[in-house]
Amino acid sequence: MDHALTATKQEQAEAAAFDRRDASLVLAHVLLAFGALLLGGVAGLLQGLVRGGVITLPGGIGYYQLLTAHGVLMALIFTTFFIIGFLYSGMAKNMGGALTDTARRLGWIGFWLMAVGTALGTVMILTNQATVLYTFYAPMKASPLFYIALALVVVGSWMSGYGIFSHYRWWKKNNKGKMSPLFSFMAVATMLLWQICTIGVAVTVLVQFIPWSLGWTDKIHVMISRTLFWYFGHPLVYFWLMPAYICWYVVVPKVIGGKIFSDALARLAFVLFILFSVPVGFHHQLTEPGIAPVWKYLQVILTFMVIIPSLMTAFAMFATFELYGRSKGAKGLFGWLKFLPWKDVRFFAPFMGMLIFIPAGAGGIINASHQLNTVVHNTLWVTGHFHLTVATTVALTFFGTAYWLIPAVTGRTLTPKLNRLGIIQTIVWVVGMLIMSLSMHTVGLLGAPRRTAYTTYQDYPDALGWIPYQVVMAVGGTVLFVSIILLVINIVLLLRAPKGYTEYPIAETAETAERTPRILERWGLWASLVVVLVLFAYTVPFAEMLQHAGPGSKPWVTW
Amino acid sequence: MHIHKLEKIWLVIGMAMLAVFLGIVGVSAFAQGMQPPGGGHHVIDPDKVYETPPFDNPGLEQIGEKEYNAYMVAFVFGYNPANLEIPVGSTVHFQLTSADVVHGFQIPGTNVNMMAVPGEVNHFSHTFDKPGEYLILCNEYCGAGHEYMATRIMVK
Amino acid sequence: MDKRPKAQEHERHSLKGAFVSVLLLGGFIAVSWFGVFLLFMSRG
Repeated sequence: MDHALTATKQEQAEAAAFDRRDASLVLAHVLLAFGALLLGGVAGLLQGLVRGGVITLPGGIGYYQLLTAHGVLMALIFTTFFIIGFLYSGMAKNMGGALTDTARRLGWIGFWLMAVGTALGTVMILTNQATVLYTFYAPMKASPLFYIALALVVVGSWMSGYGIFSHYRWWKKNNKGKMSPLFSFMAVATMLLWQICTIGVAVTVLVQFIPWSLGWTDKIHVMISRTLFWYFGHPLVYFWLMPAYICWYVVVPKVIGGKIFSDALARLAFVLFILFSVPVGFHHQLTEPGIAPVWKYLQVILTFMVIIPSLMTAFAMFATFELYGRSKGAKGLFGWLKFLPWKDVRFFAPFMGMLIFIPAGAGGIINASHQLNTVVHNTLWVTGHFHLTVATTVALTFFGTAYWLIPAVTGRTLTPKLNRLGIIQTIVWVVGMLIMSLSMHTVGLLGAPRRTAYTTYQDYPDALGWIPYQVVMAVGGTVLFVSIILLVINIVLLLRAPKGYTEYPIAETAETAERTPRILERWGLWASLVVVLVLFAYTVPFAEMLQHAGPGSKPWVTW
Repeated sequence: MHIHKLEKIWLVIGMAMLAVFLGIVGVSAFAQGMQPPGGGHHVIDPDKVYETPPFDNPGLEQIGEKEYNAYMVAFVFGYNPANLEIPVGSTVHFQLTSADVVHGFQIPGTNVNMMAVPGEVNHFSHTFDKPGEYLILCNEYCGAGHEYMATRIMVK
Repeated sequence: MDKRPKAQEHERHSLKGAFVSVLLLGGFIAVSWFGVFLLFMSRG
């Protein structure tokens, strides 16, 4: 068959409206994500008001229950569901125009497993049977149903990943010799990372927590469980960040009217994320016993390697904007700023996410800096940090995506009015977050702990000094909650917007003469390299933990 | 793969900066002894903490003119011993474990900030140059009384 | 058809603005890092 004709047919398919069955799958994920955000947001608002000394909680709900709900719903549920929905939409859009039946089926299996897990976990949390926070550290013991709920969410997400891999393989078979489109490459990279890193949390939940919480084993090895969790917990944040980067690399250039700066370097960045976001969990365990300093430092070095693809991304973003501006006649060092579509929420929200990533990333580098970690560990600085990273950089990028994704898949219009409402909602979010996060960073440096209800430690002078900052945090948190309400309203309006065609923005590459090195798509090679790096970074310290294992800890229910 | 000249320069600058950070913390840790808390294995049975030396006698042990070991146990919801008193200028080598769940041990205003993990003993040293009343607080969620878990160190 | 090699394709437009932007970003990272480092050293 003539290749040119086939290509045109494919292009036509991809430009057409979304298949309604794919739209349902994507929408289900996105709407559940925002439902979780709303519920998690209520919890967050109450937490802020409690720590600010504004309210005390009524009987029937505790601060730490709210905190557990907030962490699980925001950091695990909102993120995972939105990401999977977004990735499925892009896979459909840029690989064939619609999902294969197999991919869609796996997508739904994943969705329902995760949804049941989410519901079960939420019930456990709200009935005070799992007040263990989203990190559920041993030997605090929640109800076995909580751990089963987590397992359902993780296994469900694997099914979702297999659907994406299956669609990718189908396209590759029908497009032999062609490099995958950039969105799909990045989607596969994201789910590959997810599959590799969730093995850690799956092992600790299935092998340690579930049997122990059911009483089938009586002790649990605490350091092993922590190490398996953080083997998962660091790459988790890259599972969040990579889809945001997909929006920045693939969608934003199209939104502004420009092109992708470098397809090859974008793929290289994602390969580097796969390699270096995994063997680094110890930088979350720097103040723990039972890990020799040299292994902590080695994983600190590996952590610093994972900063490099973000430095590359920063350059790529600025370069994309500058090249576009100059192509329109911009002059001077920063003249190109004027050419950016500030009034387009599809650009403005992700851009604010990019901007906030500057202090967010800077804080992350400090956190990982070996002994400097003792300045910030478990203080509100850390809370300030991740509210900038996941709750602003990633969240605003996701919100900015939702504003076009929802109408694009449902065959409706992102009207100028909705666009304006989106801009307002974004600004309110940024204002609230700057107030809250700046205060958190400051009071954290002064020593105020995270994950702690209202207290003055029996009127210890320094602790009394923290309270005004916590009041400011309550103000910021309230503003953020207002933004969540605005967002929910906007989503309802989007679902009822006038029917029409909304573009699914996927940019073309600026490169014309050069091919992207094929080695970047050799998944087996990169996955093997991750295994090598993980074995290198973890084998000795992990073996030492096993070798020097004490009898372990019995279960504790301390709430 | 083509990399624009200015991007190459930026990446070299960026990586050099990261190398400087790693060098500074590496030298400070391995050559000057400013490591994060921990330091290898010191295993203990969490159910037998009060029967196992040195935690069978928790508290201060003077080992030099201005040098002490402090054997401390974290528990829900306090520290044993509570309300330590030490002379100003003393160096205290904290040895810390937990009798139950994971706790934190943080002295605001200092770099003392470490985890009390059941089954392991953690280590960290600090010299108290300035007199005053210091707070030790638990910064790792440990249950319903977490926000009350604290004690003081009087440095005279 | 314009088969200009890649290097020239990109060099046609200046990326000085991008370069200065990332240098500012690097500066922010450096200042904040040394700030916390000095805090650490003062508390030790």
